[in-house]
Amino acid sequence: MKKSHSDALIGWGLMAPAMLFLIAFTHWPAIASIIESVYSTPRARRPSSFVGLDNYEQILADPVFWQSFTNNLWFAVGTIPASIFLAILMALWVNDRIPGRTFARMAYFTPTVLPMIAVANIWLFFFTPQYGLLDQVMGLIGRPATNWLGTKDTALWAVIMVAVWKEAGFFMIFYLAALQGISPVLAEAASLEGASRWTFFRRVQFPLLMPTTLFVLINAVINAFRMVDHIIVMTRGGPDNATSLLLFYIYQVGFNFWDTAYAAALTVFMLVLLAGAAAIQYGWLERKVHYS
Amino acid sequence: MDRRRFLVATAASAALVRPSLAQGGPVKISFFYPIAVGGAVTRLVDNLAKEFNRLNPDVEVTPVYAGTYQETLVKVVTAHKSGTPPALSCLLSTDMFTMIDDDAVIPIDGFVKTPADKAWLSSFFPAFMANSQTGGKTWGIPFQRSTIVLYWNKEAFREAGLDPEKAPANWDEHLAFAQKLTKRDASGNVTQWGTQIPSTGFPYWLLQALALQAGDVLANSAGNRTTFNAPGVAAGLQYWLDLGQKHKAHAPGIVEWGTTPKDFFERKTAMMWTTTGNLSNVRANAKFPFGVAMLPEQKRRGSPTGGGNLMISKKVSPEQQQAAFRFARWLTEPEIAAQWSIDTGYVAVSPAAYDTARMKSYAQEFPPALVARDQLEHATAELSTHENQRVTKALTDNVQAALSGSKTVQAALNDAQTEAERILRPYR
Repeated sequence: MKKSHSDALIGWGLMAPAMLFLIAFTHWPAIASIIESVYSTPRARRPSSFVGLDNYEQILADPVFWQSFTNNLWFAVGTIPASIFLAILMALWVNDRIPGRTFARMAYFTPTVLPMIAVANIWLFFFTPQYGLLDQVMGLIGRPATNWLGTKDTALWAVIMVAVWKEAGFFMIFYLAALQGISPVLAEAASLEGASRWTFFRRVQFPLLMPTTLFVLINAVINAFRMVDHIIVMTRGGPDNATSLLLFYIYQVGFNFWDTAYAAALTVFMLVLLAGAAAIQYGWLERKVHYS
Repeated sequence: MDRRRFLVATAASAALVRPSLAQGGPVKISFFYPIAVGGAVTRLVDNLAKEFNRLNPDVEVTPVYAGTYQETLVKVVTAHKSGTPPALSCLLSTDMFTMIDDDAVIPIDGFVKTPADKAWLSSFFPAFMANSQTGGKTWGIPFQRSTIVLYWNKEAFREAGLDPEKAPANWDEHLAFAQKLTKRDASGNVTQWGTQIPSTGFPYWLLQALALQAGDVLANSAGNRTTFNAPGVAAGLQYWLDLGQKHKAHAPGIVEWGTTPKDFFERKTAMMWTTTGNLSNVRANAKFPFGVAMLPEQKRRGSPTGGGNLMISKKVSPEQQQAAFRFARWLTEPEIAAQWSIDTGYVAVSPAAYDTARMKSYAQEFPPALVARDQLEHATAELSTHENQRVTKALTDNVQAALSGSKTVQAALNDAQTEAERILRPYR
């Protein structure tokens, strides 16, 4: 009895430093956002007052919010499957014994190491009409110049492309590690059985990669709602909100308009959204995942 | 020394240092400033602060580069809310109402005591004071101010059979020139556009110039009522849209503010509308002879002013405010203002700066340096309202919608006006 008591004490003691930071920088801000979201924004001449769910009603009636939300869904749809697909492809490729393997691995991983702000500035020039890289290539095959970031139809896809390019290399690392962990015995057995490369991937490698896929998927979903750096550099949400994502909109409301209460309500909405996504993934998908 | 003793010793020395500061060391102030144009601006500002500190041993100014204008405002307001703002900051003159509404700034008038101070306060170009004063008080000191000017490529003009020394004087000429200057290759793809008016970053600023030329302003001077759907504003936006959509002399859709000077250097556009703050940048990077002119006129000439004012924070000690005022006053003395203008391309803030010897010799060697100043008599205040960021976003979004073809000009401007009305109603 006495021993378990002191064990618990030591346990809590060991957890305390990490907990302190978590509470100060994660839990408390989340709770503070919830509290702030039911008050009005304090102004110099109008102190803050309790407004109940007014800020949430404002969310429902806010067209820019809905556009950011839809944009964000498209952004997720555009980035998650594409970057996971590319990551698996690249991982399989550099997992084989090919000449220049180390170089290929490094090349694929490079985008992840570069700071997003620098990357976005480089892509800004890729997308520049007329003399940008993309248009120069298009010019070679006789296509007219396109204003990639300045046209409502292409702007969102342009920023999705940057995100996929940035993310795929990062996810590749996880897949590569998982592939290295698959026992070579399985590959030998499969080749003895005469299984084709595709069957081996579909029946053996892919199922064994499922835990990694789940992990990557969760990260990809979070990232789809978390990436704003390149939006700030490349489009500032424009043209006419065509590339405004949720977090970028929250930043705008919070730090450009200083409507902190409304920004808090938007933050709570996003927290709930992400918590929901994580719950689905851990609760439902995880049961379908095969841990070897 | 074990850790406990070390802590005690540190605490004791900190306790010793503090009172000594209060008892007469130099007054320490920090100065937050943004950079919005090319060039080695941080070095220039550091040198200015160093020079001031040398001349004024009782004050110690620490300049802090704070990012873009937008980021600087975010930092200043955040610091104000946490109670430790910089004593002096350089912010967009249009953020005046935002700073007043947050109770973050104090008027300059309280520091202006001697006749010399008063002469200094009335020495600025009146066009710059419009965005610096409201309610009978002066809130900002003009520092790095600008207007929009037209840059043209003289070589391209010659190739197109135009007089390379003559800029378009009015809208019709500007359109006709732009059409002549637009070059297409054999398959009909454009290799050089005639003109370029950028539409990211500050599209409302460019629209304001067009609206002024067509005879209308965007907002009242109290900053609580906008006129976004006035006929002149619509005429301006229509002209802008038609340059690209109808006359095919301007790149279609939204044109990036940041790459516009580069488009000009790369000969992808023969004319461009941008800030005079880019003058030194263009001078350094254009590989062809270029000209600088006032913007073309329609009913009248016109360009809004732009750029940054110096503002003194409310939540610092009176000694720090006084020191900030002295630094700001020194920065805007004719000699310093002239040098600042020469180094960056910004308009020097007072007529006296243009009478200094160094400015006169610079203008002789490089006459375009005077164009922006001459345009000032046609200039008006930049769009500035309460909740400025929100109101300008309403306009910016809709201008972009019209230029990218998803709304008609009138519908876009009506939407912008409705949204601005909703935001500004509480401020009347």
